[in-house]
Amino acid sequence: MAEVEHRTVRSRLVDILEQVGQRTTAVVAEIGLGAVLLGQSAFWIVMGRARSQPVRISATFARAMEVGIGALPIVTLMSLTIGIMLAIQSIYSLRIFGAEDQAVVGIGFAVVREFGPLITGILVAGRTGSSLAARIGTMRISQEIDALTVMGIEPVRFIVVPALIAMVIMVPLLAFWADLVMLAGAGWYIGVDIGTSMPAYIERLTEIVHIGDVMHGIYKSMMFSVLITLVGVINGIGVTGGAEGVGKMTTRSVVLAISSIIVTDMIFTYVTTRA
Amino acid sequence: MSIAAQKESAYQPPDLTGAPNVIEIKDLVTHYGSREILHKVNVNVREGEVLVIMGGSGSGKSTLLNTLLGLVNPTSGGVHILGQELHAISGVERTKLRQKMGVAFQGGALFSSMSVLDNITLPLREHTQLDHNTMRIMARLKMQVVNLAGFENLMPSELSGGMIKRAAFARAIVMDPRILFCDEPSAGLDPIVASAIDELILSLRDAMGMSIVVVTHELESAFRIADRICVLDKGHILMIGTVAEVRASANERIQNLLNRRTEEETLDPDEYLRRLTAAND
Repeated sequence: MAEVEHRTVRSRLVDILEQVGQRTTAVVAEIGLGAVLLGQSAFWIVMGRARSQPVRISATFARAMEVGIGALPIVTLMSLTIGIMLAIQSIYSLRIFGAEDQAVVGIGFAVVREFGPLITGILVAGRTGSSLAARIGTMRISQEIDALTVMGIEPVRFIVVPALIAMVIMVPLLAFWADLVMLAGAGWYIGVDIGTSMPAYIERLTEIVHIGDVMHGIYKSMMFSVLITLVGVINGIGVTGGAEGVGKMTTRSVVLAISSIIVTDMIFTYVTTRA
Repeated sequence: MSIAAQKESAYQPPDLTGAPNVIEIKDLVTHYGSREILHKVNVNVREGEVLVIMGGSGSGKSTLLNTLLGLVNPTSGGVHILGQELHAISGVERTKLRQKMGVAFQGGALFSSMSVLDNITLPLREHTQLDHNTMRIMARLKMQVVNLAGFENLMPSELSGGMIKRAAFARAIVMDPRILFCDEPSAGLDPIVASAIDELILSLRDAMGMSIVVVTHELESAFRIADRICVLDKGHILMIGTVAEVRASANERIQNLLNRRTEEETLDPDEYLRRLTAAND
């Protein structure tokens, strides 16, 4: 009896170890695929014209419109709301020390260094990253990617590179726009609550927030844009089965993109501010 | 009388003896993981012929097609297309070679975000320096060839099954390829549309002199269009021959395929039971 139980426990342990091993291998393989995609994208950006396969500006422009202009309303709305929310919370907590007029310091840094790029990254991951995964997944199951390959059209150059370029350009621009809208929202609320005028608020902001702080956020959003694109593409490529497979991988791409954005954000912030 | 009907009534295989091979497949072995899908496949495709690769589900015909298209790498053996070893040449050479090959996929594989005309124009846009209007004229000509004129501005989602296949053919031939590959061209179509697609394949061969490789499990279609048939079963070639030769074959597996009988149906009941028991053990 004890022998049987011992065997069962051992076989469960082996199962668990096997699963851990398989998942680790899968994660490593996905990271490797991401690196390969990034390398291939760089290759086609540099060598595309020489290989008679240039990256199409029209396709990149179309993607940029989709990523940037298409996301403008939701980014504006969310940024305005978060800006006001930040002001409410800052004034509430600083009022304990009678220092609510210092709210602008915390808000200024928090917005340009953290909230602007992070909120933009999350919104773009939910909107564009998922649509990229769904589009590539659908193309894969309907053999459109095979069709590109057999037509002698390199799929990475045709699908991934325009999306990547559009994201790297548009996400930082969206993040900068989000910074402005958040700060405007916060400024409006501070004016309403503690009576600081908008010119005084802007003057105080420009005193404390420097271009380096803004660029800190912009660099982050560039990294996020690359992460969102790669996660979307990798999940799109990984689609198996039919519509259900597309749905699963689309959800997975959103979860993974947002998780990776937050982890990268933390690492980047630590490295650039503490290390 | 239509080309297919003429062929059906009085089959006269064209004399392709001495015609050069456009595709040479030698000792091709392909695996998916540890599973062997194709076992030492040897077959040639002659210039100007329609070769039908026929077989039941799981026979390896799709894998053979994917290997011929360079979508699957073989474990060993070689595929020579127009004198070039497909899996050994550089990426640039392969891209050039692919411009001489057209593929009509089973589901069409049209790009859903593009109109029919844009789909057909795509290979021209990517591989030629022609001006926009010339490309559109060329694409419209191919649409006329496949009887799809007037549907240029529709999106793929607005097309019927037969029209999607025609659009896929138009895109496949827009670069005037020397070899056309068709994956299950008449699958999922009603008999009339399927017959029209068969006629289209024959007219492409006759009018444009293309060598055509068709993968199908549709017997009627295969017999209508084939100059030669290559019968695949479990990754092995059972025979390569004309329609008459295949029909007259005494091979039991070929006869099962022709008569749409499963392996189980041909077994002696006792033998079937013995195999089931052995499998469960």
